[in-house]
Amino acid sequence: MDHFSQKRMPLQEALEKHRLERMAHFDVPGHKGGRGNKELKYFLGEQTLKTDVNSMKPLDNLCHPVSVIKEAQELAAEAFRAKEAFFIVNGTTAAVQAMIMATCKSGEKVIMPRNVHRSAINALVVCGAIPVYVNPGTNKRLGIALGMSVRDVEQAILENPDAKAVMVNNPTYYGICSDLKKIVKVAHAHDMKVLVDEAHGTHFYFGENMPISGMAAGADMAAVSMHKTGGSLTQSSLLLCNENVNADYVRQVINLTQTTSGSYLLMSSLDIARKNLSLNGKEMFKKTVDFAEYARQEINKLGGYYAYAEELVDGDAVYAFDKTKLSIHTRDVGLAGIEVYDLLRDDYGIQIEFGDIGNILAIISAGDRNLEIERLISALSEIKRLHQKDKAGMFDHEYINPKVIMPPQQAFYSNKKTLPIMESENEICGEFVMCYPPGIPILAPGELITAEILNYIVYAKEKGCFMTGTQDMKIENIQVVTK
Amino acid sequence: MELWFSEPHTKDVKLSIKVEKQIYCKHSKYQRIDIFDTIEFGRILVLDGYLMLTEKDEFIYHEMISHVPMAVNPNIKNVLVIGAGDGGTIRELTKYYTIENIDMVEIDEMVVEACREFLPQTAGKLEDNRLHIFYEDGLRFVRTKHEEYDLIIVDSTDPFGPGEGLFTREFYGNCYKALKEDGILINQHESPFYQEDAKSMQRAHRNIAASFQIQMVYQFHLPTYPSGHWFFGFASKKFHPIKDIHAEHWNNLGLETRYYNTDLHKGAFYIPNYVKELLENA
Repeated sequence: MDHFSQKRMPLQEALEKHRLERMAHFDVPGHKGGRGNKELKYFLGEQTLKTDVNSMKPLDNLCHPVSVIKEAQELAAEAFRAKEAFFIVNGTTAAVQAMIMATCKSGEKVIMPRNVHRSAINALVVCGAIPVYVNPGTNKRLGIALGMSVRDVEQAILENPDAKAVMVNNPTYYGICSDLKKIVKVAHAHDMKVLVDEAHGTHFYFGENMPISGMAAGADMAAVSMHKTGGSLTQSSLLLCNENVNADYVRQVINLTQTTSGSYLLMSSLDIARKNLSLNGKEMFKKTVDFAEYARQEINKLGGYYAYAEELVDGDAVYAFDKTKLSIHTRDVGLAGIEVYDLLRDDYGIQIEFGDIGNILAIISAGDRNLEIERLISALSEIKRLHQKDKAGMFDHEYINPKVIMPPQQAFYSNKKTLPIMESENEICGEFVMCYPPGIPILAPGELITAEILNYIVYAKEKGCFMTGTQDMKIENIQVVTK
Repeated sequence: MELWFSEPHTKDVKLSIKVEKQIYCKHSKYQRIDIFDTIEFGRILVLDGYLMLTEKDEFIYHEMISHVPMAVNPNIKNVLVIGAGDGGTIRELTKYYTIENIDMVEIDEMVVEACREFLPQTAGKLEDNRLHIFYEDGLRFVRTKHEEYDLIIVDSTDPFGPGEGLFTREFYGNCYKALKEDGILINQHESPFYQEDAKSMQRAHRNIAASFQIQMVYQFHLPTYPSGHWFFGFASKKFHPIKDIHAEHWNNLGLETRYYNTDLHKGAFYIPNYVKELLENA
């Protein structure tokens, strides 16, 4: 990699130059560098407001990049060893949707694990593609869904030779990776594209001894949440394309739904974060792994908690584990993950990424210090001392394989009626139900509502999970398809 | 030529002390360490620009942090001191021949080295053979201890910088676990006067109250600390700091002190109304 070029930040440089020009602005945004909204300027800082500008010739245009945004995207592509990179400012959700919509048309099939983020199934509702779900493996002790085994993917491919693409989580929220390289090989042998949701995998491109990245594995497209572990601003993301993808068509698809007023704050943060990752990524993620390994060791010494890592690797449904993730199983302390999550925040002033039925996840980054790591470990020790309970009667799994009755789009746009959620057994769900985070649907449109799923929903609500997805903000009623 | 050391007490108030000369300046892994000779206060220790001690008034701080718990429970034998790199608290504790062991956990070895060399007034007893020094994070050290200590003294800096973790609920909870059933915790409890210090005081109070059955604060006057009105916390599983004082026993020990006495001990726990109110609303 040419370090000289990776040291450059074309977009940041153009913005800095623009700022020094001291232009008179008769364009949007109307706050005009903060002068029109002093309170906002005071809160976010003058530099931020001055950087919040509109597209103009010297600053290029995200919808049709020809100069500085184009250069910045080229540097990003080089850094991620992709053929093309697109700056995405509508969140990784938009990147995931663009991948699916650029490869599948209405009625075409896409093979995916069911434990995808809601953004993927949302894309199916929008574009009308039909999911072929591969059941992810599950870990009995932890109750979590794992990756897809190559054998299952291959079988799905053979049974659905008309499918257009295979989608893979790399890694899952919990840090689990499938055998991406083999999946790519099998899919390509059957003329299917491979789309990788790397919302939690930015660091795979820069750290050492990490699971393989989508582009390195030869996947066709990857949605990379730069803002999650890459250091850019929330909502900024990258869509990467490899050879054999018509990038100009992808750009058109992105432009179907992405804003025409791309935020320069978000875009410049991508440019600056890319430089930082290129130059310092190796060190940053070494520090991250060291912190996570230390925390795992100490947390496992506390007893009760199980901070898991590479020992889960089985060469199949857990082909690799992302060591930067600090995922901790809490059920043996007699507490649901969500209960530990709430105690950490309410009693100890520690905010972690999520808690579900039996696990919590803490995101570790190079921005952490020993102090915070020690606080987390000590607080977990205290929670165990003060709140440990008998684990009898606790729910033991996060994931229930759904029965798909009709495609998501068809179900979402069918005639529907509202039922109290507890009276909806054996109906076809017409909307989403999920805990957020992690945002993996418990029910998606078109799936059969079973007693097991209803029990799960009741339990999750009772333990304090933040449920979302239904029209009813209280999640007491559910929309079902009228037969 | 005039050389002054200034410390902001709030963003609009500062204390300045005329400096005769700078004795020491080094950056450790954790902080910048400075030692100055001053005309009024003698030698002073400064960490990250914040005044930690002066030779002239450190006796007040160190006597009050040590003798109050020792007068309440004369049977204290095993003590854990967290922070205290300057050695002043250790100096007071080593006056008790009944103490058998002192574990001192200081995160920054360079502070101890600097004090050993340039602040013999406080660091003079760091060679006591009952003392064991551990250079590590206090939060980490105390986490692994279970009903071991009779007394824990948290002689920390402020709730920002390296001492930050020592003001948290998890830390006080871990201290509770590390103390025996009649254990006492003394902590640096900040000051009620300026708003930011007052917030820290409330937070510390709230966090200790979440773990300990008995929790009170006591005051002392430290001319060089912001507002001069400063507090320690007394928390315990069993002992009341006034009702359980063994005044006669302590006085019979014949220890020489310049600030502490057993009458002042009791008085220190009677606190002003505005402080009471602050803590009630913590």
